[in-house]
Amino acid sequence: MRYLPLTDQDRSDMLARVGVSHIDALFADVPADKLLKARVDLPARKTELEVSRYLGALAAKNKAASSGPFFVGCGAYKHHVPASVDHLIQRSEFLTSYTPYQPEVTQGTLQYLFEFQTQVAALTGMDVANASMYDGSTATAEAVLMAHRVTRRRKAIVSGGVHPHYVDVVRTMSHMANDGVDVLGPDLHASEDIIAHIDAQTSCVVVQSPDVFGNLRDLTPIAEACHKNGALLIAVFTEAVALGLVTPPGDMGADIVVGEGQSIGNALNFGGPYVGLFATRQKYVRQMPGRLCGETVDAQGRRGFVLTLSTREQHIRREKATSNICTNSGLCALAFTIHMTLLGEAGLKKLAQINHANAVQLADLLGAVTSVEVINTTFFNEFTLRVKGNAAQVVEQLAARGILGGVPVSRLLPGKGLDDLLILASTEVNTSDDRHQLVQALRDICGAA
Amino acid sequence: MMNKEGRPTTPKAETSGEHQTFTGNRALQMEEPLIFETGRLDVSGVDFEEPAPVASRLGSFARKGSMGLPGLTEPEVMRHYVRLSQKNYAIDAGLYPLGSCTMKHNPRLNEAMARLPGFADVHPLQPVSTVQGALELMQDLSRWLMELTGTKAVALSPKAGAHGEMCGMMAIRAAIEARGEGAQRTVVIVPESAHGTNPATAALIGFSVRAVPAREDGTVSVEAVKAVLGPDVAAIMLTNPNTCGLFEPEVVEIAAAVHEAGAYFYCDGANFNAIVGKVRPGDLGIDAMHINLHKTFSTPHGGGGPGSGPVVLSERLAAFAPVPFIRAGKTGLELVEGEGTQAFGRMCAFHGQMGMFVRALSYMLSHGAEGLRQASEDAVLNANYVRVGLADLMSQPFGNKPCMHEALFDDEWLKGTGVTTLDFAKAMIDEGYHPMTMYFPLVVHGAMLIEPTESESRASLDLFVATLRDLAQAALRGDADRFTGAPYHAPRNRLDETRAARNPVLRWTPPVAGVEAQAAE
Repeated sequence: MRYLPLTDQDRSDMLARVGVSHIDALFADVPADKLLKARVDLPARKTELEVSRYLGALAAKNKAASSGPFFVGCGAYKHHVPASVDHLIQRSEFLTSYTPYQPEVTQGTLQYLFEFQTQVAALTGMDVANASMYDGSTATAEAVLMAHRVTRRRKAIVSGGVHPHYVDVVRTMSHMANDGVDVLGPDLHASEDIIAHIDAQTSCVVVQSPDVFGNLRDLTPIAEACHKNGALLIAVFTEAVALGLVTPPGDMGADIVVGEGQSIGNALNFGGPYVGLFATRQKYVRQMPGRLCGETVDAQGRRGFVLTLSTREQHIRREKATSNICTNSGLCALAFTIHMTLLGEAGLKKLAQINHANAVQLADLLGAVTSVEVINTTFFNEFTLRVKGNAAQVVEQLAARGILGGVPVSRLLPGKGLDDLLILASTEVNTSDDRHQLVQALRDICGAA
Repeated sequence: MMNKEGRPTTPKAETSGEHQTFTGNRALQMEEPLIFETGRLDVSGVDFEEPAPVASRLGSFARKGSMGLPGLTEPEVMRHYVRLSQKNYAIDAGLYPLGSCTMKHNPRLNEAMARLPGFADVHPLQPVSTVQGALELMQDLSRWLMELTGTKAVALSPKAGAHGEMCGMMAIRAAIEARGEGAQRTVVIVPESAHGTNPATAALIGFSVRAVPAREDGTVSVEAVKAVLGPDVAAIMLTNPNTCGLFEPEVVEIAAAVHEAGAYFYCDGANFNAIVGKVRPGDLGIDAMHINLHKTFSTPHGGGGPGSGPVVLSERLAAFAPVPFIRAGKTGLELVEGEGTQAFGRMCAFHGQMGMFVRALSYMLSHGAEGLRQASEDAVLNANYVRVGLADLMSQPFGNKPCMHEALFDDEWLKGTGVTTLDFAKAMIDEGYHPMTMYFPLVVHGAMLIEPTESESRASLDLFVATLRDLAQAALRGDADRFTGAPYHAPRNRLDETRAARNPVLRWTPPVAGVEAQAAE
């Protein structure tokens, strides 16, 4: 077997050295009737070529985003990632290293984490960021738990503009922890009065901007109301590229900012692995979940980096830890930070402008189609379209024409009477031809005009 | 000697000692500044077309001012990250014997497969009719995991081991609530030797933790478990093979006692690599177990993730598995994402770590049933080979007996040498090895947990054992200098962790004129 270096001769020599005659003697503590006598009922080994064929055939059954016009967003976005990013993250020293528990031989990982933390803090307009979470949704649930610790209250209020999967993750966590959670109904036009829900038991308010329907939201009055009532504002985003062009949550008074970092440096990957971003104010740093990398010096006085404030973490604090997270998204954070370093703020701003311009052009084209209607007043690179008919069926018909044309709201919010809504995203990968194909197809499917 | 152009071809004399360099570099080992110190705000390493002029739809939310984030061109980026990479230890560079972490070879075929556009360039919310191959792969992986563990269901979505623990414990919580015993069963039993994630997970979802002590031999007895079982107990969380590297001999009896008391058995599967194809946890009576695809099934650790922590479930818990899950429908595979089931909820947005699923299945297909069993046997054999090679010099807390896939030593043998477990670990760095897991499990003083994995050749193990023997003999004969200042040859000497924690500097900030002089005082 190509991955196993021991030969049969090695094995018998080594068994003799260990002092047993058969490998099963080393499994003597396994109850004899539980030790498997026959091979498990699974196929025999395959060569590299056979595995390539087998998995290649499965991959070929899926329609790749790059194979045609593509407008799907809702928490994961297709962007162009420079070739150097994927090359660098596959360097053995990054790819096959463990969590940097021995800092003398993991300064590479630690330095890029320090740079990553700095970039995330600057992007979100916050003081500090951690070394990553699993994804945006779990980061949001962790932010709610952190707000409960900070405020010593146990009730979260969640906006109707938050991604429904994120809401479900928060709801699941809150139910399991016996915490209160008040989720507002779907808020298509960013018109909910969330401030009216804040009371003396409220630990935090969770608001997403751009929201799942694409609207940009003013967080400032919500932050003020939160602070007046001793609650924290948790700001969520799912499209990190937006931060190149829109006011960062930190400038609008957010106390914790969480989001999905997939957009920068990472592929769609059918939903994972992604990278959760988590930033907060300096005063709350000791209540943060997850790993933190900090600057220090070595015995010779040279600058170096270590994992720090680990007294918050599970391997030290056990049941009193701020979170149970251990493995996070190190390599996805590396992809994020390399792509971000390539972009710089000048490049990020330009990228965000192109995204916005493409989405505006698409919205303008759709504005001329009478059977559909863009419901947003504001948006970044994603907006919601009201279509004539059932959006889920429209999406299937678009797919039949080779166009991946957005997410029907009913897939995320079934049974809410929102069957005619379609969420469309347009990034820099869309060409003018892609947009015209989509618009023409919608014209055909939803009725000419 | 010189060649005819006068170029010396033999070195003059043996060179030794430290020579200062102007740059601070040491040949291939480069000092590398932060990107914020070399980058420029107006530079970008990505070229773009000019955005089309449009009327902004941002409303009043246009970002103002600079973020302070510099850019680097591509050649600068390549050099920065390549130099950083050269400061890291990695499995590809050498033996990485971190106990409980299973640092095995990461096949590059898996990387290539995960990057096929049909897997990597697919959106989680595109129509299900366009991702049938992805769902088929997830079903395939599920079948392998259920067959290898002898269980009836699997939840694929958890993002890492600790997330899988949370998922399994949530399923247990849901099952208990469905029985109407949610208010009554609030305690989870956790051995003192458990990973920190176990008690942290139990506490996060509202359980209180009750410890169960281990016996003198490092295992948990059914009597000890029975003594802490009661009508208030929801579950036991037991690692098997346990964190001391031993298979729990009474695991079947413990499972029976737990079930008899109306509780569930959560097994921490971090050490599954010892028993794949040898014994199936489901046959032992477990109800839930997470599997670290990044340990047992070779997906790369990536400097701390991403991982993937699918949870297998017994028949008693299967109905409570979270969404999403896959089922066969009339026109193909369907993804169940919403309400209308007994599912306890949702662990994360979308469907889990697809990139890791591809890699893990690629690994399994490559090995086949026989190869997986062989890998576990080799992992156990390699650990015992190392253990026997060191047993006369280093002390084993539970006596000289076989281990599973990791060999545990304590620091009893170092008493009076002036050398600690930490020193010993740091001296290993100078010898070109990553240290073993140290000071874990917590129940063993100065613990050193060595897991060589099946990926090491006999020659590699022989050199490793010889190196550790040389270090051990040096410690025992009083050569403390080799240890107390170690590592001497790494990119950095020991780092001041106290300073890092006392005055946390968690991000770069621009230097302010005049402040630097003050700070230096």
